[in-house]
Amino acid sequence: MNTLRNFIIRKHGKNRVDITDALSYLYLVAGVFVMFGPVLWVVMSSFKTQTSLFEFPPRFLPYSQNTVEVEGYENPLPLFKVTLEDGQVRELAQVRRVGLESQLIDPDKPLATPGRPSADELYRVRIENLEPIESIQLAWENYTEPLDRFNFMTYLKNSLIVTTVATIITLIVNSMAAYALSKYQFRGKDAFLVVIISTLMIPISVILVPVFLVITKLSLNNSLWGIIIPGAATPTGVFLLRQYMLTIPDELIEAARIDGASEWRIYWQVILPLARPALAVLAIFSIMWRWNDFLWPLIVLSRSEKYTLQVGLNAFFGELNVPWHYVLAMTVLTLLPITLVFAFLQQFISTGIATTGTKG
Amino acid sequence: MMEANRPRSIGEWISAIRHGAEALLIGIYSGLMIALEIIINPIQRWVGFRRMAYLFLLPNMAIFGIFVIFPMLLNFYYSMTSGVALFPEDRTFVGTDNYEILADCDDFTDPNSCDEDFFWRAVYNTIVFVFFQVGGMVIMALITALVLNREIVGRGFFRSVYFYPVLLSPVVVGLIWRWILQRYGVVNGVLAQIDPKYEADPVLFLLKGDWPTFWVIMISIWAQMGFFTLILLAGLQSIPGVLYEAGSIDGASPWQSFRFITLPLLMPTMFVVLVLALIRAVQVFDQVFVLTGGGPGTSTKYMVQYIYETGMRNQIPRRGLAAAASMVLGSVLFIFTFIQLWLGRKSESV
Repeated sequence: MNTLRNFIIRKHGKNRVDITDALSYLYLVAGVFVMFGPVLWVVMSSFKTQTSLFEFPPRFLPYSQNTVEVEGYENPLPLFKVTLEDGQVRELAQVRRVGLESQLIDPDKPLATPGRPSADELYRVRIENLEPIESIQLAWENYTEPLDRFNFMTYLKNSLIVTTVATIITLIVNSMAAYALSKYQFRGKDAFLVVIISTLMIPISVILVPVFLVITKLSLNNSLWGIIIPGAATPTGVFLLRQYMLTIPDELIEAARIDGASEWRIYWQVILPLARPALAVLAIFSIMWRWNDFLWPLIVLSRSEKYTLQVGLNAFFGELNVPWHYVLAMTVLTLLPITLVFAFLQQFISTGIATTGTKG
Repeated sequence: MMEANRPRSIGEWISAIRHGAEALLIGIYSGLMIALEIIINPIQRWVGFRRMAYLFLLPNMAIFGIFVIFPMLLNFYYSMTSGVALFPEDRTFVGTDNYEILADCDDFTDPNSCDEDFFWRAVYNTIVFVFFQVGGMVIMALITALVLNREIVGRGFFRSVYFYPVLLSPVVVGLIWRWILQRYGVVNGVLAQIDPKYEADPVLFLLKGDWPTFWVIMISIWAQMGFFTLILLAGLQSIPGVLYEAGSIDGASPWQSFRFITLPLLMPTMFVVLVLALIRAVQVFDQVFVLTGGGPGTSTKYMVQYIYETGMRNQIPRRGLAAAASMVLGSVLFIFTFIQLWLGRKSESV
């Protein structure tokens, strides 16, 4: 029993929970709520039907009113729990609402003429005696309908292409530069390092207009290559890999040279396999950057069949009525891959950032 | 005999698939690299192995050159031309006119008195944003890192909880909060539970008064805090525990250990965090663009959005003016980066 208590309240070796421990856990639990809450709320909302989405005050779970198909009516009729004048409680389906009065029929008894209830088949009840019958229903149509109504699949495909191709190119291009800068002595090495450092401080936002010109001159407008290539050389990537490669002993390279391996072969068969941990960190960063990238694609892409997910999602706000039930579902689909990567690799990402983040 | 090699359980199937996929990837990798070898090895025979370094640098430098360094120089030229044309050869040279337009103010504290009042509004909005966002975030990140540095059960889990929003794209962050803060959103829902008057009259968080600015700052803190918490936590964990033991032998109170051990030793990390946070905050754009679109009016329009709209999206793009504004933004970033590199060098030499 004591061991268990020690495990739970583990506190500087003393078997005593003081106020600071209580406050710490309170803070952390509140943190879980604040950090995950908004995402969870959006996930829950994405399963609500269009009508229950704008119910106020909103509820956490996706409740919606039960309906019933009745012969003679095109749309399913909403079900209510009705208190009749004699105090009897019945489950009835609403046909029509006139002012404060609701007209309902019994869904279990088929009407004499379908679609035309006679006076004794029709219940007339004041609306304060109605209570909607609700249950939790997941509106999967929010997810399935945008697939053919909007270009969602195209956006997804574009995002996947950009993320994969860009990550592969990023890894190759930056590891090549890092190899040169860590394992060779050559004239101008310091100058190259300075040039790379100086590009650290020039984010796209500062050179927006001329970059657009370069893209136009190279006719990369509306091409996925226009997004992939410019960001492929990243100073962060070069430094991350160079720092790691500096720790690989030079003797390995000398030995390979004596064995007659070419420089390129040393690069891909000796250096890259040894630099795998650093490559993995850069790969995760690159996936994150590319999947989430917004400003650059926004400038390069103007035709909707080339949009990536991020630009596609943003485009919904140009419309007069934002179709929230679709937007929320697509938001969930967009954050899902990153969430999965995070769930499986969080330990790895955290240590990667803790060790390299300070390098910018 | 064959039976023995067949995977039997699900676990074996998974590992068989994994090995297969690995072999496939290695095959593609080797194939690609050997193909490149056929092109590159003759070059090595020609230039000698020492000069291969330049070849290894070439792709990177080409991309940097075309998409960063050349545009940077061009941006300087752009900032001294006017007209709507995109190609520099069609533009008229106007010297420092664009900078003069930006700086044409009767009173620098009042954007209304400026010729280019949108620019100055963006500048002031950015200053307010940077001040509160960076200040608030560094304090929150420090508190969180200190809590996570204690002997906490499930530290790994809590650490990743705070980090999760960092991974979300700015567009997704903007959308999530736009949904939460909308008129009939959950924040108003909770308010209505507490006080029924909000049920009839929900607060327009993204439209009214100073609320949009407040939320833009809060959301940026929410989205980025985890990154800085991790860096600070790494800094805290590198402080040797022996120091605290020595402190407690000398009878130091917890507050004194924090004040005289933790804070001074954490200072280098704090500076790095501060500068990184400043560099990011100055460039605030995408999540705000999705959240408020810069509105209401110009109340959440920041410098990057000003550059983007002036140079790219307006009916008559004023690219020269946008380039001049980005030179201003660039020099601010230059100063911050310079400080960061200088601090980095200083801490490395220690």
